[in-house]
Amino acid sequence: MDAITIAVQLLNGVQYGLVLFLVASGLTLVFGILGVINLAHGAFYMLGAYLAWWIASYTGSFALALLGALSISFVLGLLLEEVFVKRMIGRDHLAQVLLSFGLILVIDEARQILFGKDVHSVTPPEWLNGSIQLTAILSYPVYRLALCLVCILLAALIFYVIQRTRLGMIIRAGAENRNMTRALGIPFDTVNRFVFAGGIALAALGGMLVAPISTVFPGMGDGMLILSFVVVVLGGIGSVTGAALGALMIGLTDTFGKVFFPQVSSILIYVLMAGVLLWRPNGLMGKAP
Amino acid sequence: MSALLSISDLRSFYGPSQALHGVNLEVKRGEQIALIGRNGMGKTTLLKSIMGFMADRRGEICFAGASTLKSQPEDIARAGMAYVPEGRGVFGSLSVVENLVMSARPGVSGQQRWTLDRVFEVFPRLTKRRMNGGHQLSGGEQQMLSIGRALMTNPDLILLDEATEGLAPLIAQEIWKTLGIIRGEGIATIVVDKDHRSLSKVADRMVIMTKGEIAFDGTPATLATRPDLLEKHLGV
Repeated sequence: MDAITIAVQLLNGVQYGLVLFLVASGLTLVFGILGVINLAHGAFYMLGAYLAWWIASYTGSFALALLGALSISFVLGLLLEEVFVKRMIGRDHLAQVLLSFGLILVIDEARQILFGKDVHSVTPPEWLNGSIQLTAILSYPVYRLALCLVCILLAALIFYVIQRTRLGMIIRAGAENRNMTRALGIPFDTVNRFVFAGGIALAALGGMLVAPISTVFPGMGDGMLILSFVVVVLGGIGSVTGAALGALMIGLTDTFGKVFFPQVSSILIYVLMAGVLLWRPNGLMGKAP
Repeated sequence: MSALLSISDLRSFYGPSQALHGVNLEVKRGEQIALIGRNGMGKTTLLKSIMGFMADRRGEICFAGASTLKSQPEDIARAGMAYVPEGRGVFGSLSVVENLVMSARPGVSGQQRWTLDRVFEVFPRLTKRRMNGGHQLSGGEQQMLSIGRALMTNPDLILLDEATEGLAPLIAQEIWKTLGIIRGEGIATIVVDKDHRSLSKVADRMVIMTKGEIAFDGTPATLATRPDLLEKHLGV
């Protein structure tokens, strides 16, 4: 195996990890701040991809598809928080699992009614549709590079908001001691609503962004949900930094596992998770409960 | 002048068990009230009820001219109340500056007398620790931060639970001095502490609680003439 192939796999692994981070950061924020387990997170990943395909097939514009699907997901997140999720805050995890499992069924059925169950593909914009020639026989798609760049920018934005803005301080404070933030006059219901909608939007965005390099199909959210939970647990519940570390580890392990150890690649990430949890039972950046 | 806070026949419940049995209390603007009594007599429950944290509270609580009996803590806080809880409630994962900035807002009438600089001026110890995480602070520093954070909301009333509990005497002195500054600003306070002597030097009124009721409400001078009450309700 030559250096170029390894470099290509490294790029693939990082890119996979970055997408995982987008999706898992939404999950970890919702879990860390609202204290709600959202099994429907993967369903929104799938919904984002379908919405992007649907809008793109009408307008022919990938940019419009992203913008439209993102807005729809965010508004849907606000609505769902207000109608359902708000009632789950402080309830036991079984109630939350039941509700969000119900949401998966409803979202799947809605997708069936609106878009059918066909597999689709989304064309990236013209200027991103080429490949970069690496060697005489090896090339790398421009869209994948652009995807990495966009994910890095988004990750930087997420970190900036969480670490540097007053909203981020409130979010971190609320994750630590919700009642204290309320006693300081922070309307936490509103914070919750926007964090949930933001988390949903991140999941959907992950789905939209990978739509051009994978296919859009009904079950695409299921695997992503499991992987996102692995990332969240690996990184430490509620920690965005942990989610970033965990996502990159999973992305690289999975990609290189498929190249070097194809026979056992499917269990490698779980071995990694088990190993990390033996070493740090609360995850990489997790705090003791 | 009408009362800033007026409580009448307040009864609060933890599930089926009643913790407050008809409390009546008035706090005027700028008034400093010392709340004393043995452990488990309802002092913290009274503060929690005023702040809106007791879900089951009956009777009447009026703050700044409106009933807050059914209000949520965040709405009560926005009406001009701030809370320094027992245990301080400092956000450990936030730096000192972040703890202060996240709560900052102008007061109900738009007053912005309390700023980051002003808090650091009152608590010079915190200045040196400004970039430290809340969890790295000593108990005294945490208490100063918690009071500073409450002041950053430019409140009209501060509820201060266990003001000097577990603090070294010198640090406790600083807290008492700060209470003097807060009083000078015209901010009303309800202070809970075990040190009734220090309290009687700063407070306008002393209120003794026993078994969820108010047993005494009067000036420090009046209380000084009633050693029997201190003996009975504080065991001193």
